Amino acid sequence: MSDITEKNLTEIVKLIKNKEIKSEELTKSFIKNINKDKKLNCFITKCSEDALNNAKRFDKSPKLDTLLPGIPIAVKDLFCTEDVRTTAGSKMLENFVPRYESTITNNLWNEGAFLLGKLNCDEYAMGSSNETSYFGSVKNPIAENTVPGGSSGGSASALTANLTPTTIGTDTGGSIRQPASFTGTVGLKPTYGLCSRWGIVAFASSLDQAGPMTKTVEDCALMLEAMAGFDKKDSTSINKKKENYSKNLTDNIKGLKIGIPKEYRVDGMSKEIDKIWENGKKILKDSGAEIVDITLPNTKYALPTYYIVAPAEASSNLARYDGVKYGFRSAKGNNLIEMYENTRSEGFGDEVKRRILIGTYVLSSGYYDAYYLKAQKVRQMIKNDFDQSFKKVDAILTPSTPTSAFKIGEKKDDPISMYLNDIFTVPVNLAGIPAISIPAGVDMNNYPLGLQLIGKPLNEQKILNIAYAAEKKINFKQSLNRWWEK
Amino acid sequence: MSKETRKYLIEGEKAKWEVVIGLEVHAQVTSNSKLFSGSSTKFGAEPNTQVSLVDSAFPGMLPVINEFCVQQAIKTGLGLNAKINPYSVFDRKNYFYADLPQGYQISQYKNPIVGEGEITLDLPNGSKKIGIERLHLEQDAGKSIHDLDPSNTFVDLNRSGVALMEIVSKPDLRSPDEVNAYVKKLRSIMRYLGTCDGNMQEGSLRADVNVSVRKEGDNKLGTRCEIKNVNSIKFMQAAIAYEARRQVEVLESGKKINQETRLFDTKKNETRSMRSKEDAHDYRYFPDPDLLPLNLDKSLIEKIKKDLPELPDQKKERFIKQYSLTPYEANILVSEKEISNYFEKVVKNSDKKLAKNWIMGDLFASLNEKNISISESPVTSNKMAQLINSINSGIISGRTAKEVFEIMQETGDEPKKIIESKGLQQKSDPKELERIIDKVLSENKDKVTQYKSGKDKLFGFFVGQVMKISDGKANPQLVNEILKKKLK
Repeated sequence: MSDITEKNLTEIVKLIKNKEIKSEELTKSFIKNINKDKKLNCFITKCSEDALNNAKRFDKSPKLDTLLPGIPIAVKDLFCTEDVRTTAGSKMLENFVPRYESTITNNLWNEGAFLLGKLNCDEYAMGSSNETSYFGSVKNPIAENTVPGGSSGGSASALTANLTPTTIGTDTGGSIRQPASFTGTVGLKPTYGLCSRWGIVAFASSLDQAGPMTKTVEDCALMLEAMAGFDKKDSTSINKKKENYSKNLTDNIKGLKIGIPKEYRVDGMSKEIDKIWENGKKILKDSGAEIVDITLPNTKYALPTYYIVAPAEASSNLARYDGVKYGFRSAKGNNLIEMYENTRSEGFGDEVKRRILIGTYVLSSGYYDAYYLKAQKVRQMIKNDFDQSFKKVDAILTPSTPTSAFKIGEKKDDPISMYLNDIFTVPVNLAGIPAISIPAGVDMNNYPLGLQLIGKPLNEQKILNIAYAAEKKINFKQSLNRWWEK
Repeated sequence: MSKETRKYLIEGEKAKWEVVIGLEVHAQVTSNSKLFSGSSTKFGAEPNTQVSLVDSAFPGMLPVINEFCVQQAIKTGLGLNAKINPYSVFDRKNYFYADLPQGYQISQYKNPIVGEGEITLDLPNGSKKIGIERLHLEQDAGKSIHDLDPSNTFVDLNRSGVALMEIVSKPDLRSPDEVNAYVKKLRSIMRYLGTCDGNMQEGSLRADVNVSVRKEGDNKLGTRCEIKNVNSIKFMQAAIAYEARRQVEVLESGKKINQETRLFDTKKNETRSMRSKEDAHDYRYFPDPDLLPLNLDKSLIEKIKKDLPELPDQKKERFIKQYSLTPYEANILVSEKEISNYFEKVVKNSDKKLAKNWIMGDLFASLNEKNISISESPVTSNKMAQLINSINSGIISGRTAKEVFEIMQETGDEPKKIIESKGLQQKSDPKELERIIDKVLSENKDKVTQYKSGKDKLFGFFVGQVMKISDGKANPQLVNEILKKKLK
């Protein structure tokens, strides 16, 4: 039998349901891979022993009428997991063990899955290369010296390297879709409010959304189905009926209108990106969709708007890490103020500090109107652009990122060029709408490139269907030499 | 008999100064659970036993609005004759402190739940309307305890997240006495509504006091100072008196008032500078992205309005009409919901004039002396009514009743029991009284002659003699009647 870890989630679920494989055997296979992960540095915390126990427990009395029966899943270390340390990739929470389980992970466990480990990520999800993690950078399995993207870099790498059959991330400005694009996997950022934020370490509350990261679109539909749902503990959660994304998945997209926004053709974008975008259009057209040129005129303001709104919220959200109640506390300091200063100076990394400073600045009296208030108005304009477009089209097709995976260290000291990586993903978060990234080809280095499909609010099914149709025709295959195991 | 009331002015060396005061009252919402979490709000629990993950700001925790607290704020707003805003927003007020776990307080800044309103104060020289600027909902912080250990501070988060209403007045108050009347009225309204228990000892009602002075006759407001977190009316009054005097001295010496935050030192009875405007916190307010704006249903507001209980002002009008009270008397009797309830229970079963006099006279004196509230009185409304009925039906005289009341307020016994056990019933048998009177008249024949020759004053002497012989138990009315007949 071929290596089970190479299979996608849907196939594995089928094998379990058909009793062709036991959860224990499955879990052992993934643990075997995880134990060779050292060079990738995907895991912050491994839960191998507990996972095996859970697998055995499942096998004793298997409950098969669930979505994820007996499936071990490693998750981004931003989700609080009961009695399992949750670090958010920060020294500040290096030894923090929550006594509660996030709603999203809890939903997965209720569908029969169990925790395989906690995956590396940028510190407090602030980063686009997974280089800001206190626990070291994560390598992209596609090539030894490349970044996996961020902030859900550990999740993307672990999935690509077959260390977990599926995973979940969070996406505040592209943190699911950009790493998915960099690693040749599928990642979906749901409509704001579809997935509960309760129990997820907050970065920017009005933008944060959890979402699935998978090998296929079908897996993605299955995972979203398991994750989504109203949660009264999250005031921004949308109260609506659950949808059966996997059951309703279809590649019949005849007659759908796909918008192509001209503003996404940015200066300095490589010909290769252009090529896969053109190819994407052709494929969708061949599938019976209609391609429509549209305009999203305020796209150019999205990045500056994002880098005001997100740091503003972050500066406030991260105020709670003060050394008083839990987490890291500096041993130095003779009074409360010194304790705060030393704790936060030593406990946070450079990128987090940079964003706290930016956020504090834009909210300060005298600057609030010029920055934060203006950014909120522009945010509304960006949302209006999408609303207008969606009167004409069913979905929008764009590249996921302006480049393929870059080299480790290449942009580390150049925040602006790092931030520019989110240029195609950020508008979606500002508008609170769903988008999916699927692998669509490779560049001259054989590094994967992704295409993004953006949908109307709560139109996850539609973009999943379009992605499903495209995926079939693109038939993206990736062969890795598994250099990290050598 | 009107009380002489003068305008409260501070006599400086150069001019007379008027004091302008505005209050920000922080009133704890009466609610079993906190504003954004399910934790209990019960007072006096062991430290840190009423703290949820939300109150202590654990990673990933989110606030969920307590709808009951929202209803309480609406109710209070309606009680203050204020505009209820159908759209309001929760903002974050950011600052660092050890007893503020989130690093921000959730409050309402630009869009409060309640807008402008007004309340009427009954002052000795008439009534005065005080404007309400706004009322908003916010979280309380925890408590830092600095005096348990020489080198450590302890933090109790039981209060963290408790719902407060901040009620901001317009700068319409002009004296410590008006402040006294304002806080009492506000407290009374909220207690009638059941939205705040007004318990100042437990910190349910505190105020930041804004004070400025201006020359008598000036229209422009002076620069104000804010005295933070004063927790009793007495302290508020003392702080205002001190602060106004201080400001007058500064201004008369040719200097300017610095806009600043000050503290009231209750031991030294003075205010002290805490921080100047330049050093004021920049709270970096912005809408809390964890909470959606509050959109109130019109029908909810209407329903709360319909279910509002009778408030002090309405009750006062009714009391005046129904029980023939003067406005002054009605004011006192409605000042506390418990007092008005007590009065109405007594009146229901006894004479209204006697009821009013007894409650406002002997009962209040006794409560004052014992420093207890009317609900703690051993003389319950029921027993008070019995006492009054004993007077009315002639069982005891008013004078004896005072004696009985003295015992009642000590023992809480029923008046009937006291009267019987002490044999205090009046002698109302005309034949018995006639015998006593005949005895008095026959023993004082000379005085009878004098009386008949025109010395009217002697009538009192005869009554006194009758009372003496009867141990004070003779029914005075009957004694009068019989005596008059006999002396014709």
